[in-house]
Amino acid sequence: MTALVDAGLAPYDVEVVRADFPVLARTVSGHPLVYLDNASSSQKPRQVLDAEREFVEQHYSNVHRGVHTLSQEATDAYEAARTTVATFLGASDPHEVVFTKNATEAYNLVAYSFGNAAAGSRFSVGPGDEVCVTEMEHHSNLVPWQMLCERTGATLRWIPLTDDGRLDLTDLDTLVNERTKVLAFVHVSNILGTENPVDVLVARAREVGAFTLLDGAQSAPHQVVDVQRLGVDFFVLTGHKMLAPSGVGVLWGRKELLDAMPPFLGGGSMIEVVQMSGSTYAPAPERFEAGTPVISQAVALAAACDYLSALGLDRVAAHEQALTGRLLDGLHALDGVSVIGPATTESRGAAVSFAIEGVHPHDIGQSLDELGIAVRVGHHCAAPVCRRYGVPATTRASSYLYNTAGEVDALLEGIATVQRFWRR
Amino acid sequence: MADESLYQEIILDHYRNPHHKGLRDPYDVEVHHVNPTCGDEVTLRVRVADGVVSDVSYDGQGCSISQASTSVMTDLVIGRAVDEAMKTSEAFLALMQSRGQLEPDEDVLEDGIAFAGVSRYPARVKCALLGWMAWKDATAQAVAASSGGAA
Repeated sequence: MTALVDAGLAPYDVEVVRADFPVLARTVSGHPLVYLDNASSSQKPRQVLDAEREFVEQHYSNVHRGVHTLSQEATDAYEAARTTVATFLGASDPHEVVFTKNATEAYNLVAYSFGNAAAGSRFSVGPGDEVCVTEMEHHSNLVPWQMLCERTGATLRWIPLTDDGRLDLTDLDTLVNERTKVLAFVHVSNILGTENPVDVLVARAREVGAFTLLDGAQSAPHQVVDVQRLGVDFFVLTGHKMLAPSGVGVLWGRKELLDAMPPFLGGGSMIEVVQMSGSTYAPAPERFEAGTPVISQAVALAAACDYLSALGLDRVAAHEQALTGRLLDGLHALDGVSVIGPATTESRGAAVSFAIEGVHPHDIGQSLDELGIAVRVGHHCAAPVCRRYGVPATTRASSYLYNTAGEVDALLEGIATVQRFWRR
Repeated sequence: MADESLYQEIILDHYRNPHHKGLRDPYDVEVHHVNPTCGDEVTLRVRVADGVVSDVSYDGQGCSISQASTSVMTDLVIGRAVDEAMKTSEAFLALMQSRGQLEPDEDVLEDGIAFAGVSRYPARVKCALLGWMAWKDATAQAVAASSGGAA
């Protein structure tokens, strides 16, 4: 509460928020559920479930295809969802929003589109060109670029990490250079929690004329995002981490780029004129939405954006920062527990990875589950980060807008219980 | 803690004091198996002489279930005929796939019966099988090589 008042924001009543999430009332292993696996996927509020149900029960049809009433209503709802997402991201034009099935498809869309560009085009990637990522990327924003480089003969480079979980920008000017075609990097790390300095990276990319893609899977659910202010060329989010169902993601891209990029997937809806000898393609966003799109999930995503906007993402961010600070302080106070990632809430999201000396993360996760506490264990689809810090895996607790200080305390007590069990 | 049905004392004993751990010579085949979902890994060597598993040695990192299971496995296969050891391996696999519905045979699985509870935790079954699958792979390769087939 203090953080909110300090920030000049209205008080945040977490119990009111919790009442919107039916699952939070259940028990696990005889204990109240403490859901701290939000960086993996969030729970869904009634408002989002109701919006999707109402759409499917009353207005559902395929979109962009019919003249009948339901087809028009479904198309209107789908396009309204696009507008809502555009507003949520601070985009100037709804046509800059492409619906995908998830974030992974969005990264692949850009990587394959660039790979499909004719030699000499501004998007083409080939021998002598470079793609730059960071060592803290989720596999989804790493492997597609590795594959692009393999296909085209381009070179992949990456910005390394410091011991305290930040990007080591010492050699930024060498790593991002005149040969760099794309700089693709994560806004907030899913494993370390680090929030990266977008302005510094974008400024360097602009100096050398590289395209920028920002992975917002862990930022868009938790903080106000304004793609124009961020200054990137592409921004990616996924619905299921921000209160929406699985099956919908978003690629935002500058319209002028999306309209000029070659298609990725071919099929219905993405075309202009089709002849047996060849086809021409629709402008964005249709160009990148081949086939029947994710209709009801997009409607639900818009409802999730509305929910977050009504709550106020600045207030959500302040609430989460207070929880993260409490968790970090508690972990630092425990013997034999180390945090992997930034030690303070400075430029940091809510995902906190830690290690308990002498206990494997799998065993930690299992033992916490017996206490009703859901955390994620493993390499979090960021195996190079585990390798960088010399651990096979981590345990990660990640809070969201419905978590409480009491739940953070329950986790800290749970960790102490785990230590007693495994040290006996 | 309530999870003692999973973490049996036998499992904890093998985890804290693993049997036959450490890579040894001589060996016929060495394999490296990983569990891509959690990052657990094992490097395992097998020596087969006259149809008998004469040695199994290993090194690796992993959770209590994977480490203890590998330790128990070495006790059950070293010194046994390959055919007999393969049957034991199949019995352990069947137990792991039983979702808690199978009564394990202590005469066959010895300390391995402690893992019966693991079969009720589908996310952990892969942990329990990591070392066994590595051993089966390495042994099959060793047998194929010794019988003149392509390894």
